Amino acid sequence: MSDDRKEAAKAYWKENLRLLITLIVIWFAVSYGAGVLFKDALDTIQMGGFPLGFWFAQQGSIYTFIVLIFVYVFRMNQLDRKYDVHEE
Amino acid sequence: MDQQLWIYLFVGASFALYIGIAIWSKAGSTGEYYVAGKGVSPVANGMATAADWMSAASFISMAGIIAFAGYDGSVYLMGWTGGYVLLAMMLAPYLRKFGKFTVPDFVGERYYSQTARVVAVICVIFISFTYVAGQMRGVGIVFSRYLETTIEWGVIIGMAIVFVYAVLGGMKGITYTQVAQYCVMIFAYLVPAIFISMMITGTAIPQIGFGSTVAGTDTWLLERLNGLNQELGFAAYTDGTKSTIDVFFIVLALMVGTSGLPHVIVRFFTVPRVRDARLSAGWALIFIAILYTTAPAIAAFARVNMIDTLHLTAYEDLPDWVDTWDNAGLITMEDKNGDGIIQYYNDKNEEFVQNVATPNGWAGSEANVDRDIMVLANPEIAQLPGWVVGLIAAGGLAAALSTAAGLLLVISTSISHDLLKNNLMPNITEKQELLAARIAAAAAIFIAGYFGINPPGFVAQVVAFAFGLAASTFFPVIIMGIFYKRMNKEGAIAGMLTGLVFTFSYIVYFKLISPELDNAENWLFGISAEGIGSIGMILNFVVAIVVSKLTAPPPEHIQHLVEDIRVPRGAAAPVAEH
Repeated sequence: MSDDRKEAAKAYWKENLRLLITLIVIWFAVSYGAGVLFKDALDTIQMGGFPLGFWFAQQGSIYTFIVLIFVYVFRMNQLDRKYDVHEE
Repeated sequence: MDQQLWIYLFVGASFALYIGIAIWSKAGSTGEYYVAGKGVSPVANGMATAADWMSAASFISMAGIIAFAGYDGSVYLMGWTGGYVLLAMMLAPYLRKFGKFTVPDFVGERYYSQTARVVAVICVIFISFTYVAGQMRGVGIVFSRYLETTIEWGVIIGMAIVFVYAVLGGMKGITYTQVAQYCVMIFAYLVPAIFISMMITGTAIPQIGFGSTVAGTDTWLLERLNGLNQELGFAAYTDGTKSTIDVFFIVLALMVGTSGLPHVIVRFFTVPRVRDARLSAGWALIFIAILYTTAPAIAAFARVNMIDTLHLTAYEDLPDWVDTWDNAGLITMEDKNGDGIIQYYNDKNEEFVQNVATPNGWAGSEANVDRDIMVLANPEIAQLPGWVVGLIAAGGLAAALSTAAGLLLVISTSISHDLLKNNLMPNITEKQELLAARIAAAAAIFIAGYFGINPPGFVAQVVAFAFGLAASTFFPVIIMGIFYKRMNKEGAIAGMLTGLVFTFSYIVYFKLISPELDNAENWLFGISAEGIGSIGMILNFVVAIVVSKLTAPPPEHIQHLVEDIRVPRGAAAPVAEH
């Protein structure tokens, strides 16, 4: 790897980690936060027929996981091109 | 047409399809055998991953477990889906870039150590065998229930089918049969779910019906369920009984364990590019979520329906389906107080027994209901035609066979590739390696079949074992191998062994040696054997980091390897041509 490439790879990795941490925080918040730790508090809120904390534990967290992965895929494809490390 | 005929028709047609696919996709090279030539599209791989992932237990038992456990059942829903987020973002793309065939390949090379490779191989074989024994048992049970054979014959027929497509087709055959199996399985799961949802709530989409009102009333379904549960001395459905700390750590162990399971990871070696590995994890989760968001809805419908049907009903007024499943031994009833009426309640709740049951003249709960019935009896409860029952039989078999095949492939690969080619006999040709892989697969099928017929006592604890060990061994070493350049072989080996020994001993102690002590008072920090893999994982991280700080950094070329796997470009290069 030339020095330019090395710098690009470093910057790419840094931005990747920032994205990763943001998404993992959300991942943690919807499942461990809303579905487990704060479940009882959220259950006082009713969403249609669901107590909110229960809904996060059995439905909402799973939907959020899917969205998180697709956001990651989309952002990483952009990053790959931005730093010119994408595949042919 | 007769119901039994429909079952033979559906099961026979689906088997013919699987074998047809196996012959069409026969593997010719080790690359095709191990990773389907790395040519599987991300959507197809997502579907195959979903079929591989969802076992007979997911298909048949999960809704029933949730129906009885209520909120506590959420640990499986979150735990068995959340791991895909970790896979997509922290493991799959980098392991795909690394470009070899197996998890021990990565561990051995990244930590430049045959010892690390051997420890990894042992973990892979142990995890996969405990898991596959349960699957073969599942095949046997489904067969015996639907095809009127014994469990033994069921296991043998299942072995024969898996033998054909796993031994012939390898990963290529397995991938495309799994795609077909996913379609069979999800169709079989959704059809009865939709009808039951319409029957109970008037809404066709189960995920919405779950949060709707009971048809013809203005009471929410879950509110009614909480009421019924409490009236009968059970915990409220949306609350459960597990402690928060235990729920937290079980979810963590299952999520992290999912992303460290070798048969799941290897699926992401089969796609052409790094970006496909990320995308494929997204597709896999969509396909999994279709079943995993339906299951809790089925659980709630089935629970309401079960209590309404059984509690305070006269024995002679029971619907026909209760009789059918009574004959199969899945519902047992006994008129304990001789009043001709069924009482169903929580007779382990002493306060309830004292205040409500005894004054009413109830002498114990009179119905004992197997959890599997929640899915198996659905078609009859919803009064669906006979062909739906045939569909469920084919779906249950698809779920069990697809998971068994994926696991057997991992076992055969770790023997022929990791143990023979990369360790004991490095000079064998590709042809010989391929032959070794096929022989290993055949042997693994026989051993798994043996355990299916004579299940060892630990099969019931498979979940705790497989996930706990994957969480406490593979997940940390792979993550540190990618995200922490300074991690060296001493740290990785020490970490893996610590996680392995700790988790293994804890589970063996509470599940096999002293099951009578297996309650919250004796658990470490109140964490059950199911959740202990999380602590094993934390120990692994801590020990590995401390040991690596005290020893020499990894050699230069390993640090370059880590830099290289962090960028996608170059993954298509034929690094895997052995």
